[in-house]
Amino acid sequence: MSFVEYGDMIKDGDTAIVFLGHESMFPVKVQHGTVTQTKYGVIRHSTDLIGKKYGSKVTCSKGGWVFILHPTPELWTMNLPHRTQILYSTDISIITMMLELKPGSIVCESGTGSGSLSHALIRTVAPSGHLYTVEFHQQRAEKAREEFREHGVEHLVTVTNQDVCKNGFGVSNVADAVFLDIPSPWEAIGHAKSALKAEGGRICSFSPCIEQVQRTCLAMEEYGFTEINTLEILLRVYNVRTISLQIPDLGKAAEDNSSTGFDSSNPSHQGSPCANLQQGTVQFKSGVPLREVVGHTGYLTFATKS
Amino acid sequence: SETKEAGTDNRNIVDDGKSQKLTHDDIKALKDKGIKGQEIVQQLIENSTTFRDKTEFAQDKYIKKKKKKYEAVITIVKPSTRILSTMYYAREPGKINHLRYDTLAQMLTLGNIHAGTKMIVMETCAGLVLGAVMERMGGYGSIIQMYPGGGPVRAATSCFGFPKPFFDNLHEFPLSKVQSLLCGTFSAETLPAEPEESAVLEEESNGLAEERQLSLQETEEEPAPEAPMETCASQGQGTMDTHAEDGELKENKEKENKENVREKQMKQWERRKKLKAAAALLGERNADGLIVASKFHPTPLLLSLLEFVAPSRPFVVYCQYKEPLLECYTKLRERGGVINLKLSETWLRNYQVLPDRSHPKLTMSGGGGYLLSGITVVLERGTADCRSSEALKVEEPSSKRCKLQDPLC
Repeated sequence: MSFVEYGDMIKDGDTAIVFLGHESMFPVKVQHGTVTQTKYGVIRHSTDLIGKKYGSKVTCSKGGWVFILHPTPELWTMNLPHRTQILYSTDISIITMMLELKPGSIVCESGTGSGSLSHALIRTVAPSGHLYTVEFHQQRAEKAREEFREHGVEHLVTVTNQDVCKNGFGVSNVADAVFLDIPSPWEAIGHAKSALKAEGGRICSFSPCIEQVQRTCLAMEEYGFTEINTLEILLRVYNVRTISLQIPDLGKAAEDNSSTGFDSSNPSHQGSPCANLQQGTVQFKSGVPLREVVGHTGYLTFATKS
Repeated sequence: SETKEAGTDNRNIVDDGKSQKLTHDDIKALKDKGIKGQEIVQQLIENSTTFRDKTEFAQDKYIKKKKKKYEAVITIVKPSTRILSTMYYAREPGKINHLRYDTLAQMLTLGNIHAGTKMIVMETCAGLVLGAVMERMGGYGSIIQMYPGGGPVRAATSCFGFPKPFFDNLHEFPLSKVQSLLCGTFSAETLPAEPEESAVLEEESNGLAEERQLSLQETEEEPAPEAPMETCASQGQGTMDTHAEDGELKENKEKENKENVREKQMKQWERRKKLKAAAALLGERNADGLIVASKFHPTPLLLSLLEFVAPSRPFVVYCQYKEPLLECYTKLRERGGVINLKLSETWLRNYQVLPDRSHPKLTMSGGGGYLLSGITVVLERGTADCRSSEALKVEEPSSKRCKLQDPLC
């Protein structure tokens, strides 16, 4: 297992994802002799995990079961321990495409944060590319290094503990793309430009506030970037539900007391909407929006170095 | 620069169409003299009676508009998924089932498309989705493209400019043989009918011949008018060459007939060999993922093609409409062997960012298509994974009298 290469069998030392049900999952470090508690009971790594196929159903001690999944950057994003606010796959997807990332790309990123985007970038540039990620918080930088090691991707990434606005990314004229998710990105545009290759490199800056975006766009223009474009992307999820709607009782055309095979003396047949459950309702499938949705993450500004 | 003379608002500016003193002929005369676009824009400004009354912002807007019209600047860019998907969506959305570029971006990420995997791709988007997948795989790993009819359409794929080795591990397999492959009755003896074959086409190298054949098929399949978009694969020549060839054949009948028969047999043998290879790859039933983006109803495609995918692997289906995905979702729940099903769409908005003039540009909500994604798990025949959340979720309680259980499982 690694985050850049699928494996079939669960091995000692792997990071695996335990899936319990709808959006209920958590990562686990597979280790001989360890046990993991779940609401369905205990999972014993040595007997239940190691040597089993990824995607297998594992029955826990109390009788309930879970699925063990191979990790992917997307699953990691949904389950990683947050040290900072993270980027989710919706933003990550458009960033990856607009920065034209692919195997072999050299990318620079700051700040590393919790490593959500970092894992996705590493996956995309593997096996021949590289991620240079800069984080000014010492513990976060160290935690990121540790995770990359555990996930089998340390050869594809370099974590540098410094302030990108003061000291840049640590590389010059090599990057195909630069990504910024920092409080004052306009202060790093100059450094971004020098990290980027001579021509055609792409830059992206992510900022929650429009004022930050305005300053960043100005800086990009001043440094000669072209094709400056700002957008935002939001995810809309639908729950698939079978809906039943009642047919309202609009009464009869004529007040007719003589029986037409319909027992009017029976109270349950008189105007009760629930009486004929089968005839009184209409069923259909619907994609129902969630009650609460994410309304804003941040603005994404892209540009090209020419 | 000179001090900018500008007004404060437009209360006194009357739009009578007479404020520009230069006529069409005057401008044409300037162009004929070889005057550069920059100079023409300057002339237009000087000959506009209302220019100096406009606000600074309005002046900026005016200049920008004139520059766009008269200062033609062409930038040559390298093709990429970003460029091609935005172009196709803007110019030929019908050819790609209205797959908007941000939706395509989601598919590539949700599908964990990366180097070194074995992917199954089923698309009728002119080969754009295939190209996007190939770009993210970087030539590593392998792709099996499923296709309807006689052959896959790869008009857009050729626009990416991939190096030849990228195509070494690109396979194709006809949908018409999927059932037999699943049931164990697959045979490579009968090949799906090919578009018009010509010996002349076969002589050409660089895969151009293939492109012509494929664009021929595309013209047959889609009644949409040909767009400039397709010029990256030449078109229409095949038919004419065949007729010329017929004429030649009549002259050197016997010898050429024998050669042609041998060539045809070789070709058939090649095709059978490739078909068997693709069948073998699929038959391992260990693909690392499935991407579907087609004009067909997604349900039968998913239900059959998922059989070729290993457990704990992602799959993504695109559909222009939501309803077929509702049905697909339900059928997948019944089948079992899938978890984390999600039906979604993305909403994209572009912004104009200028000092004191920042606002959203245009809304593109709606029209981008829908995605159904999920992860495969080990399939236990005969039982659906009822415990997966969705089956147990009850609808929001409405009236106490008419509470119904969700009959999804």
